Amino acid sequence: MKFLVSFLLSLSLVSLTACTKNTNELVIGEFASLTGNEATFGQSTNKGIRMALDEINAAGGIKGKKVKLITYDNQGKNDEVASVVKRLITQDKVLAIIGEVASARSEVAAHIAQQYKVPMISPSSTSPKVTAVGDYIFRVCFIDPFQGKVMAKFMIEHLKLKKVAILRDVKNQYSVGLADVFSKEVTSRGGEVLTDVSYQGEDVDFKAQLTQIKSKNPEAIFIPGYYGEVALITNQARQLGIKSVFLGGDGWDSNDLVKNSKKAANGSYYSNHYSTESTDPKVQDFIQKYKGKYSEVPDAMAALGYDAAKIMTAAMERVTEMTPEQIKNEIAKTKDFPGVTGNITLNDQRDAVKSAVVVQIADDARKFIINIAP
Amino acid sequence: MKNFKIPLFAYIGLLILGLALQFGLNAYIQILILQILMFSIAAMSLNLVNGFTGQFSLGHAGFMAVGAYTSAYLSQLLPGFLETTHVFGFFIFSVIAGLFASFFGYVVGLPSLRLKGDYLAIVTLGFGEILRVVLLNIEPLGGARGISGIVPYPEFGFLDRFWVSFAYISFWFLVCLFFLWRITRSRYGRQFMSVREDEVAALSLGLSTTKIKVSSFVIASFFAGVAGSIYAHLISIVTPTVFGFLMSVNIVVMVVLGGMGSFTGSIIAAAFVTVMPELLRSVQSVTGYDLRMIIFSLGLILIMIFKPNGLFGDKELPYFLSKLKRKKV
Amino acid sequence: MQDLIQHLINGLSLGSIYALIALGYTMVYGVLQLINFAHSDIYMMGAFASYYVSRWFNFEAHPGIVTLCMALLASMTACALIGVAVERFAYRPLRGSPKINILITAIGVSLFLQFGAQLIFGPNPKAFPTLIEDVALIETEFIVLKSLEVTVFVITLLALGVLHFLVYKTKFGKSMRAVSHNINTASVLGINVNKVIVLTFIVGSALAGVGSVLVGLKYPKIEPLMGVMIGLKGFVAAVFGGIGNMTGAVIGAMIMGLSEEFVVAYLSSTLRDALAFGLLIGILIWKPSGLLGKNTVEKV
Repeated sequence: MKFLVSFLLSLSLVSLTACTKNTNELVIGEFASLTGNEATFGQSTNKGIRMALDEINAAGGIKGKKVKLITYDNQGKNDEVASVVKRLITQDKVLAIIGEVASARSEVAAHIAQQYKVPMISPSSTSPKVTAVGDYIFRVCFIDPFQGKVMAKFMIEHLKLKKVAILRDVKNQYSVGLADVFSKEVTSRGGEVLTDVSYQGEDVDFKAQLTQIKSKNPEAIFIPGYYGEVALITNQARQLGIKSVFLGGDGWDSNDLVKNSKKAANGSYYSNHYSTESTDPKVQDFIQKYKGKYSEVPDAMAALGYDAAKIMTAAMERVTEMTPEQIKNEIAKTKDFPGVTGNITLNDQRDAVKSAVVVQIADDARKFIINIAP
Repeated sequence: MKNFKIPLFAYIGLLILGLALQFGLNAYIQILILQILMFSIAAMSLNLVNGFTGQFSLGHAGFMAVGAYTSAYLSQLLPGFLETTHVFGFFIFSVIAGLFASFFGYVVGLPSLRLKGDYLAIVTLGFGEILRVVLLNIEPLGGARGISGIVPYPEFGFLDRFWVSFAYISFWFLVCLFFLWRITRSRYGRQFMSVREDEVAALSLGLSTTKIKVSSFVIASFFAGVAGSIYAHLISIVTPTVFGFLMSVNIVVMVVLGGMGSFTGSIIAAAFVTVMPELLRSVQSVTGYDLRMIIFSLGLILIMIFKPNGLFGDKELPYFLSKLKRKKV
Repeated sequence: MQDLIQHLINGLSLGSIYALIALGYTMVYGVLQLINFAHSDIYMMGAFASYYVSRWFNFEAHPGIVTLCMALLASMTACALIGVAVERFAYRPLRGSPKINILITAIGVSLFLQFGAQLIFGPNPKAFPTLIEDVALIETEFIVLKSLEVTVFVITLLALGVLHFLVYKTKFGKSMRAVSHNINTASVLGINVNKVIVLTFIVGSALAGVGSVLVGLKYPKIEPLMGVMIGLKGFVAAVFGGIGNMTGAVIGAMIMGLSEEFVVAYLSSTLRDALAFGLLIGILIWKPSGLLGKNTVEKV
């Protein structure tokens, strides 16, 4: 009995200390994959968000109050997402949440955010299931039903290739969705999907699947996965003597891809949210400031994180009363927002309707090839 | 009815405590307490196998997974059922989940409990992994995404969600505790322990050691399944990866740390293991998780070398209380 | 037909790596009757050791046999040292304790190494340097055999050859076989049992070190948890072939590598890991002592 009493006492003490709240700050929560297989996703997004919030705070904050960002690492694991998001909401009492890149993890978080009625903006999750969870969930990027068609259209019309093999990550909702859309679009445009094989996220050996693909002799291979596995896949494909061109989606966007693939990824194409070669002064301004602050070129995740943070703070500026519900209402009204990744308007499904760019990998640079509108 | 006096009073006491906790603590701590109770059930049930019967199961989380998915799937299949029956529906789901898990316990236990200790550990580990792969591939069970948006325990008038969850989970907590308590202090309990002490001697006394081992395994899996079903409705999301080797290890740590053979120990250790990562998280935002596992693994090694009996050995609370009483005199 | 040969090459390549790891498990089990859970993490440490050594001395700028050997040396040394430390501080104090305690300790050591590595090296994957040039030796339309694959085979065969020599042609090997037969009798006969055990750990861990460098070359992504899956499969291979039996370990590993390759190619990649456990459960139900029975350390 004594144990129980003292234990409960200490618990209540802990809860008391945790209850301090600085009412002069507006707290926003972030959950991200800062470590793990997709570490650059979270790290880049985080840098973009922090840069945006630093700019806001330097200009006086929102309604005179500074914005504070609390970030938790979900380590690239779906299971950690639930506990960190719950902690953000129940313990840190955030007003709103930004996160994540990986669609599966965003979906988990979305359920919790919707349940507790806290608005959430995903900067880069492209699976339609994320915003479908409820009216508190938004995103500032395009969705896979569009993205899948982009690469199919690019392959058939621009590269003029018809025979493609698909290698999808069956453990990844994003990959599966993107692969399905691509496959259907290719077929409807007169192309041919020679074979559709799968791997599992975190696999390291793909020789079996690649040998199967090689035997069908495709002109292109579509790999709608995350950069960690894509690096190994492209490397092993070249080891097996496969000469096909590689195509991918925004999951490829990482500065680690080329290095980890031992340059095998060079020459490949993938669809992305923005191009560093854009002539838009807003974009170049953003890139310069980012380079000055972090000594590296921002990838699409950083740019989207930046836009997401800016959209959220813009909404917070518009509310009459700083409550999660009002913030939610204002975010929903986002229209023609001049983002770094393009003009952002949120539609009825709370998705952004934007164009995609197709880039080609040339070592650390991404050559802009073409812009494809929805 | 006399047999049920203590548990009944304990339950009423907990219900009143629940009221205090509902209004006294913030949501975050409330969730922690519920998790502690849930993991206590898992730890106590594993203690029966590891501590009292001396067998080594490394796949306890797998049985939790069976229970969790069963409960989650049923609640999605029959949404109306839960609404009409309120909390009683959850109870039925938990029982079905437990039975299903104990069925798996039987299927896994029967062939493997004939093998040497090391092999059982590996086979139970393997079972957990195979289950993970199977769940990953069954689309109706959500595949890699798992099942999300599972119905949580409902509110009940002015008694909010926390109190209902607390009442429900502590019910099972007490059922598990008292059932295991009674059984280990009965004739059956002594059979379990005889297998632990010296299997050859037990065999020569005419005991069917395989049957004994299997029954402890089946009982343990039942409660693991119940714990799993609680998890499903508490956390509202189940994925194939969450019930992996690491969770099994966590439960093993709870049993070993608390003392193999002490249910009190399992409960205290469950609380410790559940709360510690949260405390560490506020201390170190990036490396919190890593620190926890390092401390746990180091703790495991040190406990095994210096204090293999864990915190409580095989003693329970009444033993310590009686020691205190004697001191006062 | 053509991809069949390529699949065979892939499978044998996979199998040889499993063999290097399985041998470590089987040797330690032979002398101590202990499943060294930490073996897979010692393996991982070797990969990181050679990674950092390669980085410090900039090996990637001079790929070739010499740098490869130096990287192997770094890995083997690191693995051997950690193996000895683990035996000395975690396993020796528990000699004679109940099996369950030793098993728990082994798990503790394994997790400690995994998460310790995460803390020290960072949890993100790192790109293993290219230590040897990968030129195509045979490049027909049907099969492609590149120098990297051949190197892996050659090194594995060398390692197995050295091991065979060690176990069957030296006095140490004889003492090791004696200890695995009966530890008490061996000590009565004057064999320094502790020394033999330490040397067994050194040899077993060094083999794992070789394996990890080869894996780093083939799949240039290393991370603190890389040992988990491959260690499990190596262990299953050892059990499949008969734990304690070195030939069995190699055969079991080859069977595992080949079946994994064919299952992934012709069935589904999702069954890749389940296959290992399927094999394990199968052999335990059908012939628990493994393919080659419960013999002690014998023919390779």
